[in-house]
Amino acid sequence: MNATHLAAYTTSTGEAFQFWVLGTIAVIGALCTVFMKKAVHSALCLAGTMIVLAIFYLANGAYFLGIVQVVVYTGAIMMLFLFVVMLVGVTAADSLKETIKGQRWLALLCGVGFGVLLFAGIGNASLKEFNGTGQANANGNVEGLASLIFTKYVFAFEITGALLITAAVGAMVLTHRERTERAKTQRELSEQRVREGKHLPPLPAPGVYARHNAVDIAGLLPDGTPSELTVNKTLRERGQIRDVSTEALNDLRALEQRAEERLERTAIQPETFKRPEEASK
Amino acid sequence: MNPVNYLYLAALLFTIGATGVLIRRNAIVLFMCVELMLNACNLAFVTFSRMHGNLDGQIIAFFTMVVAAAEVVVGLAIIVSLFRTRHSASVDDASLMKL
Amino acid sequence: MENLIAPLIAAPLLGAAVLLVGGRRLDRVGHWIGTLLSTASFVFGLILFADLLGKGAEHRTLTQHLWTWIPVGGFQADVTFRLDQLSMTFVLLITGVGSLIHLYSVGYMEHDERRRRFFGYLNLFLAAMLLLVLADNYLLLYVGWEGVGLASYLLIGFWQHKPSAATAAKKAFLVNRVGDMGLSIAIMLMFTTFGSFAFGPVLSHTGDASEGKLTAIGLMLLLAACGKSAQVPLQSWLGDAMEGPTPVSALIHAATMVTAGVYLIVRSGAVFNAAPDAQLAVTVVGAVTLLFGAIVGCAKDDIKKALAGSTMSQIGYMVLAAGLGPIGYVFAIMHLVTHGFFKAGLFLGAGSVMHGMNDEVDMRRYGGLRKYMPVTFITFGLGYLAIIGFPGLSGFFSKDKIIEAAFAKGGTEGWILGGAALLGAAITAFYMTRVMLMTFFGEERWRNQPTRSPGAPSAEPAAETHGEHAEPHPHESPKVMTIPMIVLAVGSVFGGAFFSIGDRFLHWLEPVTGHSEGDSPLSAAAVTGATMVCLVIGVAIAWAQYGRKPVPAVAPRGSLLTRAARRDLLQDDFNHVVLVRGGEHLTRSLVYVDHTLVDGVVNGTAAGFGGLSGRLRRLQNGFARSYAVSMFGGAALLVAATLLMRAV
Repeated sequence: MNATHLAAYTTSTGEAFQFWVLGTIAVIGALCTVFMKKAVHSALCLAGTMIVLAIFYLANGAYFLGIVQVVVYTGAIMMLFLFVVMLVGVTAADSLKETIKGQRWLALLCGVGFGVLLFAGIGNASLKEFNGTGQANANGNVEGLASLIFTKYVFAFEITGALLITAAVGAMVLTHRERTERAKTQRELSEQRVREGKHLPPLPAPGVYARHNAVDIAGLLPDGTPSELTVNKTLRERGQIRDVSTEALNDLRALEQRAEERLERTAIQPETFKRPEEASK
Repeated sequence: MNPVNYLYLAALLFTIGATGVLIRRNAIVLFMCVELMLNACNLAFVTFSRMHGNLDGQIIAFFTMVVAAAEVVVGLAIIVSLFRTRHSASVDDASLMKL
Repeated sequence: MENLIAPLIAAPLLGAAVLLVGGRRLDRVGHWIGTLLSTASFVFGLILFADLLGKGAEHRTLTQHLWTWIPVGGFQADVTFRLDQLSMTFVLLITGVGSLIHLYSVGYMEHDERRRRFFGYLNLFLAAMLLLVLADNYLLLYVGWEGVGLASYLLIGFWQHKPSAATAAKKAFLVNRVGDMGLSIAIMLMFTTFGSFAFGPVLSHTGDASEGKLTAIGLMLLLAACGKSAQVPLQSWLGDAMEGPTPVSALIHAATMVTAGVYLIVRSGAVFNAAPDAQLAVTVVGAVTLLFGAIVGCAKDDIKKALAGSTMSQIGYMVLAAGLGPIGYVFAIMHLVTHGFFKAGLFLGAGSVMHGMNDEVDMRRYGGLRKYMPVTFITFGLGYLAIIGFPGLSGFFSKDKIIEAAFAKGGTEGWILGGAALLGAAITAFYMTRVMLMTFFGEERWRNQPTRSPGAPSAEPAAETHGEHAEPHPHESPKVMTIPMIVLAVGSVFGGAFFSIGDRFLHWLEPVTGHSEGDSPLSAAAVTGATMVCLVIGVAIAWAQYGRKPVPAVAPRGSLLTRAARRDLLQDDFNHVVLVRGGEHLTRSLVYVDHTLVDGVVNGTAAGFGGLSGRLRRLQNGFARSYAVSMFGGAALLVAATLLMRAV
């Protein structure tokens, strides 16, 4: 796309088409970012929106920014988000149910009001001027940006450099925990457990009878009920425990049925043999 | 198509992001919404840059990205340390500053 | 020779320091150290006096600059002494009478175990008083002024175990403070008016200042003088100050300190000369006080308080004379000096009587003492003759001149002032004759009567040697006490004649104070004659009442005036009702206003804000998202406002 040849107030049809299609995707992505229940999904939707925006930057002649948007934002920053999502995990508290009285209505009111006002403002603004970036990008977009950054904006550039370093140091300070006391030895830990009188042996392992040793399946107690203790805490908090307590019974029933078929005897009315987790899907 | 549409899109994305900040409790999602708002602003800057025919808008957008990166680094560090102390990423749990 | 001025002050100051810091080791010799240093100061004074006499009248001013005290920009206070004829007169009076009284105190305070401290205070007083009269600027004078106030406080309350003495000391201190305030304001006014408070610049530039300012300065100086010299309306402390030991009453509250006010007025003569209104105020204060003191003196049965009233009255004469301007300055000082002699002598005589009478002060329990204490009787009698103005004695010359000067003021004022002075002379003759008759003549009322100790416990240590109810055994005082009395009596007899014959004192002091003869409507002889008539009338009435008739041992009820005079003409009641009660009412109403109005406004505002913030704080629910909503809403409002402004 060469902006120099475009009409003063309009863009090409191709760009218009691109705008309407990708714009819709961007808005949907943004809405999904807000309304998706799980943080991972929100992050992915946001990444999609950002890629769309990158394309828009390219369409607007900001080639450097378009690439940076993909590499830095979508690539680096969103990865950082995903890392943190993995670190923090998803807690049960993360539901969309509102807890502060009137917050949702106020938020929607403010949002709609603000949006309407912005639209009114843009509509009222006298945006007659439309030059396109052809002239500015004549020597190449990156060169143009570079000459501006290192001349007119050199101080701002240096200061943002300092800001980045400060931020890096700050992040380290915030997340680094100085150990203020000696780490407890295993002996002390075991003594402490004895003193508190709980879980003297190691926590029970997940899985039942070596058939299901996946980490997300709770081990069964002798009476057949699953014990949540056997499953990793993070999985527990995310509600990702698979219940296999009825599986053995179902397997037994299936065995009986096959035996009946083989022996050609009518048996008790067979039930559905769906696995519980399949049924829930 | 009038390029002003880009501005409308930016306004819409900004408003969606802002509303998201207000209604989501998960600090990480909240942060994503902030990023969305920043991106909407960037889009507006880039569009202005195109309208005025100079690169200053792009420079500002570039700086916004840098600042956003710094902000994300610090913000996520705060979220991590918050999660460590409260075992929760909900911003409502950090509501001790009240009477 | 001027280098001798500093040692003059330093000697008693050294004595005070040594005696007060030295501790009990000096108990045996302390009083002699004090007397020696006081006498040394007197000797320095004599040497300087001889030096001054050797010079011409115009060169009789010595100054000694010691160091610059406070140099701050345009404000410069120096420690500089100025010795001229006026200061010299005071120096000789202070050190001379002071030394005699030191000597007297050696005997009088013999049984007091805190005698060393007493002499320390006396020396401190001498140093402060000398500083007062030798200072070359008003600020340094103020230091001495406060110093004598302090010494006076310490000495009035010397027997501080007596509640009455402690209260009297406090009273004197507080009343003096009112006067001191006047002096400090006067000094500030001088500084703003003349840019200096040294005598030279102030007194030689009075022509440059407006009369209003000079009047203000003069009135403030008068207030100061009223406080220090016990003039109406700040007179109430002097009667109570008699709670102090008698030598103190003689030195401080008769001869020297109370005359500091007169010194101040005469020294500031240039200011008063240029401010006739202030001068008039001075004469009025003097005339009122001379009658006031005389009336009070008539009614008191306490010998010291009768003498205190007399002191007040005599200082009233001096203030009156000082208020007359150049006509009277010299005579004010002359009367001051002669009064210093005879009043000190009278007080010492009273002390001697008390010494022999178990510290009894009620004259109704004296009587017929002339046989038992002849020296006291003779010296007291000479002092008596001097004060009433018996021809040929000191008081005759000095008081007569003041009465003449009062008439010479001219006009109606002159007649009124002169009349008041004449009336005062008559009353003086009356009350002094009364004191004389009740003390030394008549029947011996002290026989067969227990002392009144239980009611008013006498705390003078001498009382301890006798029984509380023992009948007194009047006896003559030791030589160490009678010698000062004799010396003072000699001064009282010949002082006036020595000063007046050939106008010696006038010529001596004239270069400093200036002098002018007023034009009197009466001739000098007529005034003298009138004074003599008044004197005879006063003595005759007193004789009729106290000489012919026996004196009742218990005071009769007396007329309304008598009863009022016994209560110091209701001065304390007046102070109590007007100042104390008034002050209480004022503060109470101010407290009320403060509690209701001021606190009401403050508390109401606070309560209002408290209630408001109690409601506002509900917005502070701690949820960051709620705050974010407010922020976002605010941003929306800003956008709306921007659009609105654009639309408009």
